[in-house]
Formats: sequence, structure tokens, C-alpha cells
Amino acid sequence: MNRRGFLKRASLAGAAAIAAPDVGVDAQAPAPRAPAPATPIMSASAETAVLLDTEVLTADRTGSDFMVDVLKSLGFDYICANPGSSFRGIHESVINYGGNKSPELITCCHEESSVAMGHGYAKVEGKPLGVFAHGTVGLQHAAMAIYNAWCDRVPVYVMLGNQLDATLRRPGAEWAHSVQDAAAMVRDFSKWDDAPMSLQHFAESAVRAYKIAVTPPMAPVVLVLNSEMQERPLGVDVKLAIPRLAVPAPPQGDSGAVAEVARLLVAAEHPVIVADRVARTPAGMKHLIELAETLQAAVIDQGGRMNFPSRHPLNQSQARAIADADVILALEVNDIWGVVNSFRDQLTRTSRPTTKPGMKLVSVTTGDLYVKSNYQDFQRFAEVDLAIAADAEATLPSLIEAVRRALTPDGKRRFESRGAKLAEASSAALDRSRLEASYAWDASPVSTARLCAEIWGQIKDEDWALVNGTGGWARRLWNFEKSYQWIGSSGGAGVGYGAPAAVGAALAHKRHGRFAVNIQTDGDLMYAPGVLWTAAHHRIPLLSVMHNNRAYHQELMHVQKMCNRHSRGIDRGRIGSEIVDPPIDYAKVAQGLGVHAEGPITDPREVGPAIARAVAVVKRGEPALVDVVSQPR
Amino acid sequence: MIRPLVVLAFAIIAQASQPPAPSGDAEQGRTLFVNNGCYQCHNYEGHGGAAGARLAPNPLPWRGFVSYVRAPRGDMPPYTVKVMSEQELADVYAYLRSRPRPPAVSNIPLLAR
Repeated sequence: MNRRGFLKRASLAGAAAIAAPDVGVDAQAPAPRAPAPATPIMSASAETAVLLDTEVLTADRTGSDFMVDVLKSLGFDYICANPGSSFRGIHESVINYGGNKSPELITCCHEESSVAMGHGYAKVEGKPLGVFAHGTVGLQHAAMAIYNAWCDRVPVYVMLGNQLDATLRRPGAEWAHSVQDAAAMVRDFSKWDDAPMSLQHFAESAVRAYKIAVTPPMAPVVLVLNSEMQERPLGVDVKLAIPRLAVPAPPQGDSGAVAEVARLLVAAEHPVIVADRVARTPAGMKHLIELAETLQAAVIDQGGRMNFPSRHPLNQSQARAIADADVILALEVNDIWGVVNSFRDQLTRTSRPTTKPGMKLVSVTTGDLYVKSNYQDFQRFAEVDLAIAADAEATLPSLIEAVRRALTPDGKRRFESRGAKLAEASSAALDRSRLEASYAWDASPVSTARLCAEIWGQIKDEDWALVNGTGGWARRLWNFEKSYQWIGSSGGAGVGYGAPAAVGAALAHKRHGRFAVNIQTDGDLMYAPGVLWTAAHHRIPLLSVMHNNRAYHQELMHVQKMCNRHSRGIDRGRIGSEIVDPPIDYAKVAQGLGVHAEGPITDPREVGPAIARAVAVVKRGEPALVDVVSQPR
Repeated sequence: MIRPLVVLAFAIIAQASQPPAPSGDAEQGRTLFVNNGCYQCHNYEGHGGAAGARLAPNPLPWRGFVSYVRAPRGDMPPYTVKVMSEQELADVYAYLRSRPRPPAVSNIPLLAR
């Protein structure tokens, strides 16, 4: 059907609708006055359109259909959203025009959950999912989660509905839901944003946004989808094109600088590799192992990603390797200053270096390529001897080659001796961890070490992945050896990340048939517990075991510190930080949201059997939760 | 090897010359341990955790324990006499010493390598 024929048909439908009887009118009442002729609202588009004599009420295709074509071309698997009228057009296009498949709409109960799900998902799947939200009230809910993703260098693709044309806004809520510059409030902690003015502009900006988001350093991006542009009929004669996406190869370190780093590492007596957000892909861990084994160098995995196997003989994360280091190679470490200094938080704050004089500090990070001013997540300035502004994972192969070229037979013998000592230290550290875990083994509340040991006992034979948790005892006791078994933490330490990020990560693991495990803190879950319903509704298998210490314990310790400092009210430090009276029954909360749940469990002997029952539920493809009342830390 | 032995010898002599801890009430000590927030970093059993060292069942020698609590070298908040008397510290000390020793690691299958 051509445009003229389409408009004619639409006009007839409009006339029929006007002629339909008004069943709400009382037959005895005086006949209502004929309504005044409607004043056409002259939007920017209407101003250039053919003037119609009758009203058009339907359209076969609208702009949002084309937007879905663009999203499909970018390979989005999911869109997370809490529904909102400012993006009702593209919402309908996703589920009907797009068939609700690639992308599939995931129903969320809070925009913070939508973004945090995208955060967890991207770290497992290696690509972003999409988020729809209102440009005003939705984005304000989502902002905290966007900040976490920003700090964690994770791409999340946020699309905001917004009615830009004031003359088209419905009176009331749509005005409160409209904004001049929607992305402004998150511009300080997103990498790029745009508010396209046409569909072709949208297509180009959508592809550009994707390209920018997934290029290291990765970060969230924001696109504003004008509501009118979503809902405007799409003429058949309109020429629109979707640009081809070419994701840039990440930047590698300068060859001369890499050769110099190799020389330093080969000559060092005690080289130490510190890794934080290194492994973007499975290749990252493989290359880091190769570098460490070639050098027989100590590796300290700060845990921003799954960088290094927890039980590798060169893993010295539980040892004090920094003090002896003569060369430190910091790979994608955000807080390099913190690696080589200790900080004392007393009335007078002090710091001191923790390294020996003459130590050479080298950094390889994309953090040197992109930084913003306002939010201070870039940490204290570190004096490094050699800084390579590049992606560490992409630089590792050339660094390994450079190290091999610099090796000498004598050096190899020296390395073997060093490696043997490190293996002994690693083995001793594991034994120490097992011994420390045995203390308070039978205590109630349950010790955090036993909590982790009980989970490990139930999942170690599964193809498991830990998608959230402090990582402390798990990383000391569990055997992390696969690239997907750990994804780091929130990045910005914004509480409320854990539960939704775990659900998002579990969504990604689901298609790979992996068993996702979440060690869930109580305070975090209470930010947006509705995400458990999302997991139940979409049949996302996820085992959540509560580390329920009934407090915001990190903050409790800070308040306690102030109480001690002032020597007053020391026994009242818990006020405002505890989650007691009444204690929250998380099993009932989860059950109410459609999730299998047990607890609260206080007897350590009951933890294992409850987890075993939950594991069976998860293996059926559903979420399950076990609430364990635990020791504080 | 000589240096560690010398240090150990000094430590033994220092410990032997230290006054014993005044007698304390372990039950009262537990209440104080909780009410004064010690459990927040060291956990309820004094077994230590992510934020605090293990104290039980063998804390530092008494004088060293008191000195550290009054003027910690690390991040631990100081406990002045105004908020915890020496007797109250003795009660806490008695509580820490009353905690049971853990089962042998070899008897805990979940902690097997």
C-alpha cells in the first residue's frame, strides 16, 4: 500500500470511530452539545505533513519498528525494563513487531535492577544488553546502577523515553516525565549520549553508541528516544539505512614501552603482577597465566575480573608479596596508589609506602586513555615509572613475546627456583585459610567461612559460576579455574548491585547451561528485592544463599569508629545500621515473589541439606534462596 | 635463622615477665564484647574475619592486649578507659580465652583440599 492509500484507509477508520454510539450517555439526559472542533496540535512533523480532512488513528508501522530493526542488527538478546509510557512505542514494537525475541523484553520491578542486570550480564556474556527507562523518573532510579557500571568499566546500553515536543505532551504526568536534556544527570558517569532528531539519526547514533560502549575502557552509554519519533507512522517510501558496526580492536601498548617492561621483568628478582580488571574475555586469563609462568612471577589478583586461577601455584593473593617486590606490573588496576601504600583511618589520617626503595612500578591501563573530572573514582595519583596507556589484555601477547625474547638460560634457572618458592607459599596460604576457616566452625550464627564451605560442598561438581558475593572466603577456599567463574563486584561500591547483577549474570549463564551461585547480603537485597520476582518470572536459574548478618555492617563499623573516637555512646553504635526488630524473614520475602526458599537457618548443621534442596530446584531451571543467619564478616 | 630465634627468645622472656591477666567473668565478657562492638570486626566468637584479626581462644598476652586496645597501631578504633575499664577488658579477655578450640581441619571433610 502506498502512502496515499494508507492515509485514506486510516481516515475511514477514524471516521467510523467518531460515528460509534456513546454507550456512556444517559438516554433521559438532555442531548449533549456537539463537541467543539478539535484543534489540531501542530507538531514539527505535522507542520510538514499533508493536511488531512479526517483523523488517522492507526498505522501499520511506526518509527519504533525501525528502531527495533536497528537493535536487532546490533545483536541485543535482551531488553530490561520497568514499563513506562514514554517508551510505549518501542515497548510494543519489541514484543509484537520484533516477536519478543533477540531482543526479548525482561520485566523488571525497578530501573536500578534493569541496569544492574545489564551490568552482571555484560561481564559474563561480553556484550551489553539494552535498558529502557523513562528519561526522568526512570533514569533517576537507574542512576546509581549506571554509576556502578561506570566505575566497573562495564558497557550498559540505556535508552530513555522522552517527549521532546511540548505541544504534544498529554497534560499531567507526561509533562513531569519530560525533560530538555535527559542524559544530563548521568553525563558525568556515562561515556557518550545522544538525543537523535530523526530515525536515520537514531540508526547512526545507535551504532555509534554501541561501538563506543564496547571499546575499552568500556562504559555505559545513553540514547534518548523521542516518544513522538517512536510513535510517528513510518511511510513506505522513507529511505532508512542501518550502518554497519565494526567494533574497534582495543589499543595495544607501544612496542618500545612493552620491550622495556619485558626487560625490567626479566631482570627482576621479585617481580609481582597485580591484576584487577584485566580479563575481558577468556583469552585474558589464558595470557596472564602464560606471562606469569614464563616469568615464574607472583600474581596478586585483586578480583575485579576472573584474572587468575585461585589455586595456581603462582597466585600470591593471600600472601604479602608487595613488600619484597622490585618490579610491580599493575594491569588494569584502578587504585595503583593503594597497591603500594597503606592508609590508616584514625583521627589523623596517615599513609606510608609499603614497598622497598628502588622498586619500579609499571602500569598498563585504559584508565590513562579516558577520565572525567567530577566523580572521583579515578583514585589517588600514583607515581609510576612507566605508564602504558593501553588495554592490558590486548597488550599481554606482545609482552609475553617480548619477555621470551629477553630470556637467558641463566634467567630461566633463576625463575624455576623462584617459582618453587612461590608454589610453597601458595600451598601454605591455602593451608592457613583452611585452618582459619575451622575456627568457630560450629558457631551460631554461622561463620562466613563455614557458609562458603557448605556452598562449595554442594556445587563443586556442577559447572558453577559465582556471580555475586564478597568473594573473601569463597576465593580463599574454592577452586576458581575457569574464565567465567567470577565477575568481580559493583565497581562503585553502591549497595543494591548484588541481587540484580546476580540475576543478570545468571541470565547470561543460563544459555550456556551453567550453575550460577549468588552469596547475597541482606542489606543489598533490600534495595530492590523485586528482582527475585524477575528471576522467577523469566525462569532464570540462580542459587542465592543469604549472608544475613542483619546489618549494614560496613557502615556499622564506620559509626562504631566514630563512637570510639569520641568515647561516648559506644554501646549505641548499632543504631541506624542494624536490620533487626523485626528481623527480616528473607525466605518469606522470596516465597512471596515466587522463589523457592528456606530459612532463616541458624544451626550450621542445617545449612548443607537446605542448600542441597535448593540446588535441585535450580537444576530444574528456577531460582532458589536459602537464608542463613551469619556472623558479621 | 639466628634472628628469628633471638626474637622468639625475647618474646618468651617478655611473656614470662608479664603480669597475669586479672580474673574476669567470661559471661560478662561476652556481653561487653557484643555491646561495645568488638564483634563487628572480630565476629561473635572472636574468631576474626575480613575486617579484624582472630583473637580467640589465644589472644595476645594480657599487657599487649590492653596496650593494643587502648592505642591500636592499625585501623582499629581505640577503646579508652572512659568507655571500657581494665576490669571490663579482663572480662572480655576471659571470654576470648573461654572460646573452644576448633576441630582439627583433617576432621572437617568440607575443608579437604
